[in-house]
Amino acid sequence: MTHPIEDHGLLRLLTCGSVDDGKSTLIGRLLFDSKSILADTLHAITKTSQRRGMQDVDLSLLTDGLQAEREQGITIDVAYRYFTTGTRKFIIADAPGHEQYTRNMVTAASTANLAIILVDARKGVLTQTRRHSYLAHLVGIPHLLVAVNKMDLVDFSQNRFEEINRDYLAFAEQLGIREVQFIPLSALNGDMVVERGDKLNWYQGQTLMEILETTPSAQRRHAAPFRFPVQYVCRPQDASNPRLHDYRGFMGRVESGSIAVGERVTVLPSGLSSTVKAIELGGEALADAATEQSVTLLLADEIDISRGDMIVKTGELPTQTKQLDATVCWLAESPLDQARTYLIRHTTRDTKAKLADIAYRVDVNSLEKQTVNQLAMNDIAKVTFKLAQPLLVDAYAQNRGTGAFIVIDASTNNTVGAGMIS
Amino acid sequence: MFFSQQQTAYQHLSHLDWLEAEAIHILREVAGQCSNPALLFSGGKDSICLLRLAEKAFRPGRFPFPLLHIDTGHNYPEVIEFRDRKAAEIGERLIVRSVEDSMQRGTVVLKHTDEPRNKHQSVTLLEAIEEHGFDACIGGARRDEEKARAKERIMSFRDEFGQWDPKNQRPELWNLYNARSHKGENIRAFPISNWTELDVWQYIEREGLELPSIYFAHTRPIVYRQGAIVPVTDITPAKAGEEIVDLQVRFRTVGDITCTAPVISDADSLEKIIAETATTTITERGATRLDDQASEAAMEQRKKEGYF
Repeated sequence: MTHPIEDHGLLRLLTCGSVDDGKSTLIGRLLFDSKSILADTLHAITKTSQRRGMQDVDLSLLTDGLQAEREQGITIDVAYRYFTTGTRKFIIADAPGHEQYTRNMVTAASTANLAIILVDARKGVLTQTRRHSYLAHLVGIPHLLVAVNKMDLVDFSQNRFEEINRDYLAFAEQLGIREVQFIPLSALNGDMVVERGDKLNWYQGQTLMEILETTPSAQRRHAAPFRFPVQYVCRPQDASNPRLHDYRGFMGRVESGSIAVGERVTVLPSGLSSTVKAIELGGEALADAATEQSVTLLLADEIDISRGDMIVKTGELPTQTKQLDATVCWLAESPLDQARTYLIRHTTRDTKAKLADIAYRVDVNSLEKQTVNQLAMNDIAKVTFKLAQPLLVDAYAQNRGTGAFIVIDASTNNTVGAGMIS
Repeated sequence: MFFSQQQTAYQHLSHLDWLEAEAIHILREVAGQCSNPALLFSGGKDSICLLRLAEKAFRPGRFPFPLLHIDTGHNYPEVIEFRDRKAAEIGERLIVRSVEDSMQRGTVVLKHTDEPRNKHQSVTLLEAIEEHGFDACIGGARRDEEKARAKERIMSFRDEFGQWDPKNQRPELWNLYNARSHKGENIRAFPISNWTELDVWQYIEREGLELPSIYFAHTRPIVYRQGAIVPVTDITPAKAGEEIVDLQVRFRTVGDITCTAPVISDADSLEKIIAETATTTITERGATRLDDQASEAAMEQRKKEGYF
């Protein structure tokens, strides 16, 4: 079969946990059972496992990419893995579980639609579980799935599974996590991963793979108002071709919502309005465009529009502001310096920014709010930035596309912070 | 059913539409953020996809960048012919810089004459970047190709020596790409990072893209050498004692003749290639790249030295 009968699109997911929770084994299992590990890769990790004196193939070697990491036996950065089931494509962002790598988890979480939070059935809900859940929730991953792994080591006990569910729900409620799903499994043996196995018959829900195949991907953003940050303006200025002589195409990706030919739009920050005359992709006309599509918009009126502007539906305006209240994760080794001017990039717009206030820092383990006057790498804090130019924003909880920003250190051009607008 | 309470009428994009939309977004970010980019075009299948994506991103306008090929001088003539014809057909400027010119300048020194020139492309690429003042190079590398690539950024920062430092890459969040660089530094942009080999073939089929003929099954003289299939060409003649056989083969990847091997296949159509790719048991590089087999860390090392 070369063409899938159905195409369920693409799902980006994040796996949280440490090697001890069997995370690498779980990823290895997903790749292996979906036949995404090929023979030569398997051969290479088999050799490495043997060299290290292991009897079984260490599936975690599949996800430890860089030489430096292999030498140290740890994962220091986010790795992306791919597998397909024939009807859906999956991108796994694999983030290391250690405490000092909060920034990696935030990075991995930023593009994910589903998080698998691994819990060792013997150990139950740990500090690490709380940290991962807090971060997944903070970064607004729409679907949280708690995978209670190593069920084989607790005799596949339904009582133990339910006990962990209760513990988890108790603290999830404190965090404001409204929706979470639970699944018992054994990644090592494969029970409830792709196959149901015969040890967990008391569990009536879907297998992990069934959940992954049916979780919706982008519908939350689709329900939000139309947001179209302009990336690039196409002006062929081709005098020989009358159609192209006055052509002005506004190119971008629909961050949220949808738009159709004939609808009224407002261009920000100018505030001028017009009507969508045409929607194109690669020179071909489309009737409409929805969330995540990259298109070109043509407007009925000649309005001066450039990169950094935003096209929205008239009457559905975002907030225009020169002050950002946000939760920030600091990513850089050098601390956030109150005296310095940074660059904030939001959608396709950049502005200079200065830190005005740190309300509090959150201890990611205890979730305690702490008073601080400086932010170091991996810190998460509620802050306020003053902006040189206004930005067109929505609350991150309502709209990931127009609620997120990054902080850039203009002297090194490094990305030093990640922000989510309150 | 899980999460059913959230279902709305939203019709999600197919996986190819999603990958295409992401790649177009990345190409437009490069055009919007960088002042002088170039798109690496070799005539290989990944860069053929890039070319179609650039058409989708920028037509009816012209590309906001020239095409650039770093030619080792050891390419299959079918691919070079295709490269030139394709560039002319779409009416975009093609710049070719040659490893052999770098050898004449003395900036590339081969250890021996038949040494694979693939890794020396880095030198010629850096020279081309300096000559033209490119601040970004768009390439068709994919994260599924190799372990060291799995952690590569979409906008990958290189210092003025073209070096990739895996421990000093910019965090990349949401779709907010940071392609800023200082003079002399360089960004490598990878719009199809999230594509797999199968995605590439499916996209080529969907878009009806033309490919150099050697991607399809054809009969070619080869020799078996240390378990690998080595094509017999002027550049890679058979060694004494080796038996030349005619074999039905195709290339999964095309590059420098001295280090790209074909696979045995009778897939003479895209449909058959896709069927083979979906059921293959060997990775693309494992099957066809003689230069990555040296060690597990070979690619990481070459990337640190400025390779794509």
